[in-house]
Amino acid sequence: MINKIVDSMAEAVAGLQDGAAIMISGFGDAGAPAELIEAVIAQGATDLTIISNNAGAGEVGIAALMKAKRVRKVICSFPRQNGSHHFEARYRAGEVELELVPQGNLACRIEAAGAGLGAVYTPTGYGTLLAEGKETREIDGRHYVLEYPIHADFALVKARAADRWGNLVYRKVARNFGPIMARAARTTVVQVAEIVELGALDPETIVTPGIFVNRVVLSSAPATA
Amino acid sequence: MQRMDRTALAARVARDIPEGAYVNLGIGAPTMVANYLPQDKEVFLQSENGLLGMGPAPAEADIDWELINAGKQPVTLLAGGSFFHHGDSFAMMRGGHIDICVLGAFQVSVHGDLANWHTGAPDAVPAVGGAMDLAIGARQVFVMMDLLTKAGESKLVEKCTYPLTGLACVSRVYSDVAVFSVGPEGARVIEMVPDMTLEELRGMTGLPLEMA
Repeated sequence: MINKIVDSMAEAVAGLQDGAAIMISGFGDAGAPAELIEAVIAQGATDLTIISNNAGAGEVGIAALMKAKRVRKVICSFPRQNGSHHFEARYRAGEVELELVPQGNLACRIEAAGAGLGAVYTPTGYGTLLAEGKETREIDGRHYVLEYPIHADFALVKARAADRWGNLVYRKVARNFGPIMARAARTTVVQVAEIVELGALDPETIVTPGIFVNRVVLSSAPATA
Repeated sequence: MQRMDRTALAARVARDIPEGAYVNLGIGAPTMVANYLPQDKEVFLQSENGLLGMGPAPAEADIDWELINAGKQPVTLLAGGSFFHHGDSFAMMRGGHIDICVLGAFQVSVHGDLANWHTGAPDAVPAVGGAMDLAIGARQVFVMMDLLTKAGESKLVEKCTYPLTGLACVSRVYSDVAVFSVGPEGARVIEMVPDMTLEELRGMTGLPLEMA
């Protein structure tokens, strides 16, 4: 019997190594797997590359990873926001490298990794600082920039519910990067508010099929309808 | 001369959004355009964090932090609205499915180049978000801005000096004193606030402006 559900947050992030690249779902706090990030801090891996839309704000989540000095590099679209002081302090001190990527290019590079593509030609960023030094091509009269896939060792994702095969449904805009990150990592770990029986999720509405998921762990936070 | 304030400007932009348009409103002042869309027409608001059919802010008791807009403010979902992931969201933009986006700007060139993500200051922590995707992806890009900076310099320019967000992507500029079209033929004045003259606009911008 296949059961991807693990009993603890610690088990969910087991095997994470120093130097790993980790994708973290979320747009601001919506969809951010706060408990899995806490588990990474407790687990101790360091020198991490974080791939996420933001670089953390406030004191929990990615901000806590920054504060704990576990991050070597951030690949994101919007690191500067209210409360992003932990990132900014590390960045200004030269301790954290930033690869700034337009949000849609971040999405399509993650999608490319999950879909097994070698690269994508994207029109976003053409002629700007963020495309400097990159290969370009004109296709049917439009200019494109060659962008490479972003792979990860781990993806930490928050979803609303899962079954033991790892099929997932999300909640409202907390979905954001979850489905595409789940496909792009070697090990995808999902924090859910609810675990349901196999067959309880309507196959027509499953957003992430279990093939993209390795481990599921139940969040201790109360579920929201 | 009667300058348009932020709300008047938002209302002016809203007048140019037709029923049935798929629209993305940028963070900040552009978000206010939503308040002036006519109630009797259906316009589809998209937010890049994964919703289409975005409705107004909820009552305090109904705030849900998993139902927010790109500016991370609580919103609602209209009947018929939908949720989707970031791949789909940016396919909507990049793929040309968004009819209009409304953005703020530091500078816009007469040919429609946009600078709105970075001041170029060496000590600034840069952030770009979805600005570059919206700029090149939406069929029409409307910019909402004051014509002059606080220091009195024109933000409508021959050539942008700030780092670019996108090339030749803006079609209209809605400023506090005039509405302009920009593009391959350069900038043209579509309308001016009462008491404004073409001569005065030329003086403010340093550009050889003509009426559209």
